[in-house]
Amino acid sequence: MSTPTFTPQVLLEVWRKARQINLIDEKFRGLLRSGRLAAVYYSPRGQEILAAAMGVHLQPTDYLVTTYRGIHDQLAKGIPLKPLFAEYYAKATGACKGKGGPMHITHPETGVMVTTGIVGSGLPIANGLAWASQLKKDGRVTLVTFGDGASNIGAFHEALNMAGLWKLPVIFLCQNNLYGESSKYEKCTSVDHIGERAASYKMPGVTVDGNDAEAMWRASAEAVARARAGEGPTLIEAKTFRFMGHYFGDPGAYIPKEEYEAHLAKDPMPKTRAAVLASGIATEADLEKYDAEVNAQIEEALQFAADSPFPDVGEIDIDVYGAAA
Amino acid sequence: MSATATTTEAKPEMITFTEAFSRALHDAMEMDPTVIMLGEDIADEEGGGIFKVTKGLSTKFGGERVRTTPISEQAIVGAAIGASLAGMRPVAEIMLMNFITVPMDQIVNHAAKLRFMSGGQTHVPITIRTRTGAGAGTGGQHSDMLEAWFAHVAGMKVVTPSTPADAYGLLLGCIFDNDPCLFIEDQLTRTQTGPAPVKGEIIKLGKAHVAREGTDVSIVGYGRPIRDAMALAEKLAGEGISVEVVDLRTVSPMDTETVIKSVAKTGRAVVVHEAPRSFGCGAEIVARIQEALYGQLKAPVLRVASRDVTVPFSRVLEAEYLYKGTDIEAAVRRTLDTGSRK
Repeated sequence: MSTPTFTPQVLLEVWRKARQINLIDEKFRGLLRSGRLAAVYYSPRGQEILAAAMGVHLQPTDYLVTTYRGIHDQLAKGIPLKPLFAEYYAKATGACKGKGGPMHITHPETGVMVTTGIVGSGLPIANGLAWASQLKKDGRVTLVTFGDGASNIGAFHEALNMAGLWKLPVIFLCQNNLYGESSKYEKCTSVDHIGERAASYKMPGVTVDGNDAEAMWRASAEAVARARAGEGPTLIEAKTFRFMGHYFGDPGAYIPKEEYEAHLAKDPMPKTRAAVLASGIATEADLEKYDAEVNAQIEEALQFAADSPFPDVGEIDIDVYGAAA
Repeated sequence: MSATATTTEAKPEMITFTEAFSRALHDAMEMDPTVIMLGEDIADEEGGGIFKVTKGLSTKFGGERVRTTPISEQAIVGAAIGASLAGMRPVAEIMLMNFITVPMDQIVNHAAKLRFMSGGQTHVPITIRTRTGAGAGTGGQHSDMLEAWFAHVAGMKVVTPSTPADAYGLLLGCIFDNDPCLFIEDQLTRTQTGPAPVKGEIIKLGKAHVAREGTDVSIVGYGRPIRDAMALAEKLAGEGISVEVVDLRTVSPMDTETVIKSVAKTGRAVVVHEAPRSFGCGAEIVARIQEALYGQLKAPVLRVASRDVTVPFSRVLEAEYLYKGTDIEAAVRRTLDTGSRK
């Protein structure tokens, strides 16, 4: 496999995806604070770069299985804003007609197949999507994302074992943000690095700084290429940190102040922005222009969501079962 | 098994339940290349399944489509769900029903709900085949009938047959249905025989079957007890008692209409299942009957079921646990003794 080149153009592409996530997250938190949006929300603040650096390698036809903290993964996969926002607003025009909500975003057109609210449950399902691709030889890869806490649940181990045995075209992306709900990583996980767990399942395990755009992009490139070539799964552990706690409104008292500040000093967003400017691929004015474009798209999508109707109550009886086969 | 199949008198070919399950799986794979199978020991290298239901399939259709899995029930059901989201019709075998407690999250939180939670953008056309039933001395963790757990979850379909022909048609019905189906195979009756089905004939889900028509009392149930009910109906016919037997076939979603129609006619009902009595599907059936027919019933609707205890090992205790054919008979007679018979 030839080593891909991380060009300034690629860096800019990663930045743009990450910045879109970042601006939407900021907007949503503002709306939640002011009471204009009422929804369960798990902010991805701090995890934007790793999602974007993986996302640029994926095609719309590739599959994604993500979790309740999944908006960054969904956006990196290319989900359009209007159905996404309308689902957060519980509207009939939402991706899931307002029946799934933020924790169950689904958008098959962009490959967003499952968003689960159950820790670790996505991994066995991702295997099945990958198994179908293997049988159909359609060249698709399946990305499944989860947190560090999920690596301690049985489904993780069952899924990695099966994927390793069957050489499935799947990428297990563990976003290790160092806390499982309110518990520190070290208190709940028996290995120093989750990437080490791959050794038990006959697949490469990579531990990478998920907040380093280039390192994350390279690790993703290799895993995607390996899956697409039919060489089997990869476990990537992307080390990161979440700045906004477990859920929106989580005071985060369990995170020591010094630790939080140390992470804040390494915040991947300003760091990556500086790298983009330093590379010469874009100017300050270019980046500001991009922000303005994204903000305009956000406002348009929010207006769409706000103006959309709530689901008809008759919707409750629809989609329980399909039409008779 | 089918020794008389070639006689000129055109006697119906008789096959066992096991043969019926096998034929359904074989024919489904032949009919549709998206039908795939996974489960513990199911490929021929491992003997074609502990109950031999999948014997020959991996040899004929290939190891890609018929895969032996690790003992990993969450991974099995999860893989079935994922493959179904990508357009396949997976049939997952959970060797015994008690093992289905392991992948409950995959079934309840995902298989059953993805259609609804995605607003109909995705659906999960999987079949989970599983086997169970008390009476064979398999004790507390290999005998349970847990169908009520799944009947209680919107989005799931729960199916169990009472004859080999139904076994064939209903299993095909599950495989070609567009929703997640739990198909329960009874381990005690697996070698019993019945007339063979017509190849390729699918029984659509969601419709109960009046297995025997009668006018005095309706016995309503599903699975193994229907066989007891049919034998009892035959016996009571000799006494001039006319028993109607309604086999739900699809336990859930339940065909209320057919049940109500039957009980409206007879005015009496006995509801029977093998699962323990309390909070079982029988309670739901009784509730629906009285909601629709209060005032028209000639007697209280009675339930026959197994005892509310763990399935015991000792044959003496197991027999005490399990509902009996004589229980059904006693309930029918008690029902008939209440009020006046027409």
